[in-house]
Amino acid sequence: MRSRLEADLLAMIIGLALGWLAFSLIVFAYGESPASMVGLLWSGTWGTAYGAGQVIFKATPILFSGIAVQLALRAGLFNIGAEGQMAVASLAVASVGAALGPSVPGFLAVPLLLLVAAIAGALWALGPALLRARLGAHEVISTIMTNRIADALVGLLLGLGLAQKGTVRTPDVAPGARLHRLGDWVSSLQGSAANTSIFVALITLLLAAFLWPRTRAGREQLLVGQNADACRAERVPVARRVTEALVLSGAVAGLASSATVLGYKGYFEQGLGAGAGFTGLAVALLGRGRASGMVFAALLFGTLDQGGLALNATIPREAMQIVQAVVIVAVALGDERVRAWIRRASTLVSKERSPA
Amino acid sequence: MDQEGVNARFKRKIAGVSALGAVLSLSMLAQTLRASVPYVCAAQGGVLSEKSGVVNIGLEGMLLSSGLASVAVAHSTGSAALGALAGVGTGAAVGLVHALLVVKGRVDAIVSGIALNLAAAGGTRVVLRALYDSSSNSPAIEAFRFGSEGTSGLSMLVRTVLDPLAIVTLLSTVALVWMLDRSRFGLRVRACGESPWAATSAGVDVARTRIASVSLGGAFAGLGGAALAFEQHQFQSGMSGGRGFIALAAVIVAGWMPGRAALACVAFAALDALEGALQGQSRALHDVVSMMPYLATLLVLAVLSCRESATRPPAGLGKHADSG
Repeated sequence: MRSRLEADLLAMIIGLALGWLAFSLIVFAYGESPASMVGLLWSGTWGTAYGAGQVIFKATPILFSGIAVQLALRAGLFNIGAEGQMAVASLAVASVGAALGPSVPGFLAVPLLLLVAAIAGALWALGPALLRARLGAHEVISTIMTNRIADALVGLLLGLGLAQKGTVRTPDVAPGARLHRLGDWVSSLQGSAANTSIFVALITLLLAAFLWPRTRAGREQLLVGQNADACRAERVPVARRVTEALVLSGAVAGLASSATVLGYKGYFEQGLGAGAGFTGLAVALLGRGRASGMVFAALLFGTLDQGGLALNATIPREAMQIVQAVVIVAVALGDERVRAWIRRASTLVSKERSPA
Repeated sequence: MDQEGVNARFKRKIAGVSALGAVLSLSMLAQTLRASVPYVCAAQGGVLSEKSGVVNIGLEGMLLSSGLASVAVAHSTGSAALGALAGVGTGAAVGLVHALLVVKGRVDAIVSGIALNLAAAGGTRVVLRALYDSSSNSPAIEAFRFGSEGTSGLSMLVRTVLDPLAIVTLLSTVALVWMLDRSRFGLRVRACGESPWAATSAGVDVARTRIASVSLGGAFAGLGGAALAFEQHQFQSGMSGGRGFIALAAVIVAGWMPGRAALACVAFAALDALEGALQGQSRALHDVVSMMPYLATLLVLAVLSCRESATRPPAGLGKHADSG
């Protein structure tokens, strides 16, 4: 197991190093020095309590979608659909939240809406899940399609009456359904959008990383991801586990709406939280499926997202997308290289030990 | 009902009738053909890549990056032909990067495709701002101009049919169908896609064939990016608007066959033109129409997977020559 940790760390380091290189090259191209830009990035993020709060806020939905992607990935499935699952769940949460009466207390409203978010996300993942499990249609293709359908469907439903008259947003959710801002308790965080959904995300992460693998379904999903044929021979219900994994992934992706709808805006409009689904892939890949790694990755990408705003006067904040893309590829590239090194090293060792 | 209400209803009816007229007109045909060019190009890019066994969900990024490159070169040199070449070259370069990452670097093709799309979305904005000090659009360019100037349906159709990029697209699509079916290279590409192991044992250099095929596919998608940007006479950030994914959908609907994929693209482009004709009619109808290609793809996926069919993905799609 030690060598796996080392391999994961090495892959992460390679990813970060190449990401840093890409960042520096872009900064040079704009005629600035990387050091001064990092200074700017730091002061716009962790340098102030407000900035740190904003990073935590940005990190929350991508941590959710990172967990979602990871839950599917360990079952051998690529959930590209987190983006659409989040959009549909956000609309559902905002609409149900707005329909709740003003007297509904938070301890009822919040759990109810989290449940709505999970169910909506799960339902949106159910189609691709069944297509994959029952018919063998590749989930990457079908989730790309459901993402695009979600985009049009959300617009359609907003236009058909879920939006407030004359606007493109849903009505405000009931006051009891709003999540507290962390600034309500920590005065230095006041003004930042960081809210209690980060705790929901962390609890979800702990459950997904430590409790889920110890359940029968969770364990079998991992096995199906490793070798579905062997599982079939062992009478593991492969189709069922595949369906469950993708639906669970969709449910967790749906929970990301708690950060944006319930914790931040209090309503939904098209495009709110867009992009977090794809960043979730980056979080899962960089985090190497480890709880600590995913928190680190979510904070890193949250920092880049928020820091991009601070740099925007000199460097377009979209440059951070390039850095993110480089990190994704470099981690994947590093992972393969590192594994090859380890394979070679271990064969060398075994050759030395065993007489030819 | 009061007079105003009647008037409004009457106006809506007239608008409805004229929309129906627009649907069945020559200009609609012209719009469909014109809109189909980027789709067809991107879909051929997808066919070439996936037939050789490399999954390609990066078509969207290829369209975007080559669109910007073609406009930038056309703007600075004043030559639309050079611009189109730059688009093709950029598409090929992006395809090459994807192929090298996947074939040589062993990066998962889906991971690489997502990263390419992400980098293209961000990179085009960064370059736009560096070149033109705007992160939303480039200055207007004069693209190719052949045929009559008028705005009637017939002159639009003539312009579309005489457009050099449309002609190149048609010819190269025919060439691609022949090449994949009949040529030595096409046979190798298909062998690498169906069974990289068998191809290896038959002496085919799988890695090189795949790299060549994916790069050539990138060049096709690059042509599509140039056509997309020239049609608007400028580059707008995010202007691919999901066309790369629709093209991918067309590839799947067509069962990875280039000729059928082109036909599927024309059908999807007709939906595009319909969407345009419906503009200002009803937002809901517009949204429903824009869902169609994706719903059709899901349906086809379901139906095709149900029964053993001739239309299926290449058997070695996503498999390396020296594994499993």
